[in-house]
Amino acid sequence: MDFRLTEDQRALRAGTRELLARLWPPEALREPVDRARLRGLWRALGDAGVFALRLPEAAGGVGLGAAEAVLVFEEAGRVLLPGPLVATHLAAGTVEGAATGESVVTRVDGELVAWLEAADRVAGDPGLDLDLTGAVPLRSVDPLTPLHRLPRPAAGGGAGAGGHDPAAALLTAAEQLGSAARTTESAVRYAGEREQFGRPVGSFQAVKHLCAEMLVRVEIARVAVYAAAVTGDPVEIAGAKLLADEAAVLGARDCVQVYGGMGFTWEAEVHLHLKRAWTRARTWPVAAAAEEIEAETLGVGGG
Amino acid sequence: MELTYTEEEEEFRARLRQWLARALPALPARPDPGDWPARRAYDTGWQRTLYEAGYGRLHWDAPPAQRLIFLEETERAGAPYVGANFVGLLHAGPTIAAEGTDEQRARWLEPVLRGDEVWCQGFSEPGAGSDLASLRTRAVREGDDYLVTGSKVWTSHAEIADWCELLVRTDPTAPKHRGISWLAMPMDAPGVTVRPLRTLTGTAEFAEVFLDGVRVPLANRIGAENDGWRVTMVTLAFERGTAFAGEVVACRRALEEIAAAARAGGQWDDPVLRRTLGRLNAEFRALWRLIQWNASKAGATGGPPGTGGSVLKLRYSRARQELYEAAALVAGDGGLDLDGRWTADRLTSLSYTIAAGTSQIQRNIIAERILGLPKGG
Ligand SMILES: Cc1cc2nc3c(=O)[nH]c(=O)nc-3n(C[C@H](O)[C@H](O)[C@H](O)COP(=O)(O)OP(=O)(O)OC[C@H]3O[C@@H](n4cnc5c(N)ncnc54)[C@H](O)[C@@H]3O)c2cc1C
Repeated sequence: MDFRLTEDQRALRAGTRELLARLWPPEALREPVDRARLRGLWRALGDAGVFALRLPEAAGGVGLGAAEAVLVFEEAGRVLLPGPLVATHLAAGTVEGAATGESVVTRVDGELVAWLEAADRVAGDPGLDLDLTGAVPLRSVDPLTPLHRLPRPAAGGGAGAGGHDPAAALLTAAEQLGSAARTTESAVRYAGEREQFGRPVGSFQAVKHLCAEMLVRVEIARVAVYAAAVTGDPVEIAGAKLLADEAAVLGARDCVQVYGGMGFTWEAEVHLHLKRAWTRARTWPVAAAAEEIEAETLGVGGG
Repeated sequence: MELTYTEEEEEFRARLRQWLARALPALPARPDPGDWPARRAYDTGWQRTLYEAGYGRLHWDAPPAQRLIFLEETERAGAPYVGANFVGLLHAGPTIAAEGTDEQRARWLEPVLRGDEVWCQGFSEPGAGSDLASLRTRAVREGDDYLVTGSKVWTSHAEIADWCELLVRTDPTAPKHRGISWLAMPMDAPGVTVRPLRTLTGTAEFAEVFLDGVRVPLANRIGAENDGWRVTMVTLAFERGTAFAGEVVACRRALEEIAAAARAGGQWDDPVLRRTLGRLNAEFRALWRLIQWNASKAGATGGPPGTGGSVLKLRYSRARQELYEAAALVAGDGGLDLDGRWTADRLTSLSYTIAAGTSQIQRNIIAERILGLPKGG
């Protein structure tokens, strides 16, 4: 047992952070993301190997594993990278063009499907057998996640169709982790700079303790997500999503609070983190489902 | 990131498991919690047994993976935890190992490992709790000794301890963090008076300790004179970093038992309870992962665990309280029965957010030392 990032994993994380700082700087969030912009971004991510990360090298991929994918998706979460990243990544190798980012692949989760209009394909849909004709757009709370609602829950429940896919849950949890880490850092930075009563607001204990709790949630979510990536155990993945959802949603809310009036503005980035965290928290498994999955294994002997 | 154990580590586990299967049936019956001499005999007897089997040092210098396996296996098998050896094994011992001279290590470490000597912790005072550095117990040099006068409070296991890791003020004129020293005080020295205090559980788990001109040899000082605060930080890093690993394993076992009881008793049909237990399962597994994470880091650097221990302490202590609140839901009316299965645990759990640095203090540490927010407030 040696539960630490390897040298290579550290390098991958640093490299991804640099790449995303170039591809998706904070200003990028200010412009609407239309189909053309998304496709440009997709090609760049495809060139960088984000989608082909886990394909074997023989198949033109990068040949890495779930632990590495989690590190990359954590970085994506930090910068609020838009688009159906998880679905396209998971479609690499099975859907033509996904690995290179030439195809934008999305997936259905429960009754919702994100980025339907910009997508070329819907995962789990080999063309026509998933009926998306009745899908109606809703006014998505997250300005960077267009959503459609399907007339009825997608049938099945198999990977990609009903959205019950642990692999997707894990990567979504990793994005939540990145977002939570980011809002925690933002809150701490702001609390150290903003002065009231002649001193930084971060010197007030009520603010400090909010920030401390944010960090604790991030650190707990981090070990849960990393460990779930290593073990691949579906119950552990459900637990990791539960903790990461909480870290992201509560982290963004606390960040709004620490920012004061500035936190309630459209201009501050933090509302985008909160709204994105909400959309991810709605994907499978939502908190209730994750808790039930966790409970199912308890008290049945063995122990 | 590697979570599976190596072949060598798994061999260690298999041997330990076999040994436990032989050793545990030979254990005497668990003593009455009110009978301190019997508790001492039981806890030190178990440590002796571990020592003789070659497991006595496991909390100290074993590779982190072995230590975690040891905690998992002993807990799973229902073996006793450290009990009265807590301070000796997890507090004073590691501190002396890290900061003591060769002579001091030779004098104090073996007896702890053999289960011959029990330690207690004399840090807190009536006027110095969270603000530990404001402690006032005085130590004045006289010849080769310090003469110590003052009082300590909340001293766990004081009644049965042979030694006390004692914080004293050796320079009253220096700023408060700079005038402290760390001493090993014999509890049978003239001038030491122990007065047990009854806790809210009904038993006397800790005591007041009055010190009236107690002679402690200068040779019993660990670290330099007036450098005791730094030594204390080493002690507390051990306490917060690794001392709770065994408790987290115990919580996971208790959670299984609570869930099994809920299934058997029909409370499992209540989705609120079920979800609460499910959430706690995720929580305690993540805490165990955090312990593995911290242990891997400490194993790599060789030093005591850093401030990361505060993250663990804060979250673990709250989770353990939530665990016994859930147990009370399962117990129903039994939760009002002092002889009920989890009543004593529920009461005890109230102390976890207070002892070893309150949750408020842990949040201060996280905010100031990890996040770098300004001091004060
Ligand atoms: C079961 C148990 C066993 C113990 N065993 C030992 C032992 O063996 N040896 C030993 O030396 N000590 C022991 N202690 C003592 C323990 O370390 C102290 O109780 C603890 O450090 C708190 O100190 P206090 O009780 O004086 O509370 P106080 O410091 O008076 O705190 C009172 C309240 O004020 C809050 N507070 C204080 N300062 C701040 C601040 N700066 N910011 C925000 N909030 C603050 C605290 O969080 C708490 O809620 C034990 C305690 C318990 C409960």
